[in-house]
Amino acid sequence: MKYMLMIMAADKDADNGCTFEDWVAYAKELKDSGVWVSGHALADLVTATTVQVGASGERTVTDGPFAETREVLGGYDIIDVADLDEALKWAARCPGSRGGGAVVVRPVADFGN
Amino acid sequence: MSEQASSSVESIFREEHGRLLASLVRRFGDLDLAEEVAAEAIEAALTHWPVDGVPHKPGAWLLTTARRKAVDRLRRDQAYAARLAILQVEADRADPAPPADRGGDLPDDRLQLFFTCAHPALPAEDRGALTLRCLAGLTTPEVARAYLVPPATMAQRIVRAKKKIREARIPFRVPGADELPERLPGVLQVLYSIFTEGYAASSGPELQRLDLAEEAIRLARILHRLLPGEREVTGLLALLLLTHARRAARTGMYGELMLLADQDRSRWDRAMIAEGEPLVVAALSGGPPGRYGVQAAIAALHDEAADFASTDWPQIVALYDVLLTIMPSPVVELNRAAAVAMRDGPAAGLALLDELAGEPKLRGYHLYPLARADLLERLGRTEEAATAYREALELAGSEPDRAHLRDRLVALEGKDHGP
Repeated sequence: MKYMLMIMAADKDADNGCTFEDWVAYAKELKDSGVWVSGHALADLVTATTVQVGASGERTVTDGPFAETREVLGGYDIIDVADLDEALKWAARCPGSRGGGAVVVRPVADFGN
Repeated sequence: MSEQASSSVESIFREEHGRLLASLVRRFGDLDLAEEVAAEAIEAALTHWPVDGVPHKPGAWLLTTARRKAVDRLRRDQAYAARLAILQVEADRADPAPPADRGGDLPDDRLQLFFTCAHPALPAEDRGALTLRCLAGLTTPEVARAYLVPPATMAQRIVRAKKKIREARIPFRVPGADELPERLPGVLQVLYSIFTEGYAASSGPELQRLDLAEEAIRLARILHRLLPGEREVTGLLALLLLTHARRAARTGMYGELMLLADQDRSRWDRAMIAEGEPLVVAALSGGPPGRYGVQAAIAALHDEAADFASTDWPQIVALYDVLLTIMPSPVVELNRAAAVAMRDGPAAGLALLDELAGEPKLRGYHLYPLARADLLERLGRTEEAATAYREALELAGSEPDRAHLRDRLVALEGKDHGP
């Protein structure tokens, strides 16, 4: 069963007290355990651009989002584990879950193949 | 079937439902399938038992019947075909033992169902509902009535919770010893909140919902049997028993609220108190006490007192001090202040209550102005007391609570304007 761990920073300039080495160690643990499927860290939020297509087909491109919301997606991992409890354990070990950050765990939909 | 026989069959179903469901979930890993075949097995029992008599081991009969139905269903259902192989249900199917002769000591799988229903990944308000549905065997309309929501709303919530269990794959399992301290409090909280809704209904015409309180006690007994070594489980069961023992005295002749001070103690359930007391001792022995153990000890001291005045208030204040170190909360502070008022006089209690005045968690909690009103009245500060009673009246939810407050207010005003 695949789960996406969405790593949400507390805010765009968040320093959650975790070092680069913590992230490297976490990535290594994930890979060594054999549960890791794929994942990426996202570049800084200031580089984000939003595209919307309206009802009449016109395209709007805007800078951002510079979310008013506290939580900003910083990256994700997809892991393959037996059940939600195991996914939650990996989420809890992620440095992104600490210091005001959060990791949202979502099952990857399975459409039968 | 005679009425008596059918009510005994019903009590068998109630007793067996949780166990049956848990065994089926363990085997098939699918709550919906388990519920459907459990219902079918009960239906089959309703057909056969009146004719053939109730089998010697009704639980085993139901389980075998339900398992056969599940296997048949899985065979028919293409979507389950792949899973069928994994489940090794063939072995079950070939099970030569006739239903009635299967061992009476069925493994008890209810523990894992307790943990699944109380899983922290489920919405907090659905955990109690799911527990009543799966472990207590209440129907969805009964659960809806328990939580005073329309049946359709409750049905939606239960469907949503089951969908999350299935699709997010919340496991059916008992947490390991290393996870138990993290997960058990959630299970206890579910049982406690079912009980408190029964103890003091948050709204509606009745003060107590005895069926709900009794269901919580029944589930707590089961949990205690499954986890006899967990002191907080013991403490919770003790707390529920020692509190519920006072149920008959908590309302007066017209269903009105009777405060502890005014209760007719001869109406307390002595057998239940006697059952709870050794559990308190067990809950408080062999390690630092937990919140339920301490609360049970406080309840025991109230139950032991011959009358309100002779209650061991110093000991109760001391227990509240312990409780505050385990679970600091303004509600506990409020209760402690009331005990201090009994130990040291109303002025001392009132001083403590006034310290809690700005507490956001007590805003909207009618027992706070009520406690103040009571102490102000005892201090002879009648006008302030009346104001506080009115505040409490505005916040109280259940009708008996409101009636009680109106009576106090009328009595107070009578005192004020009387001769």
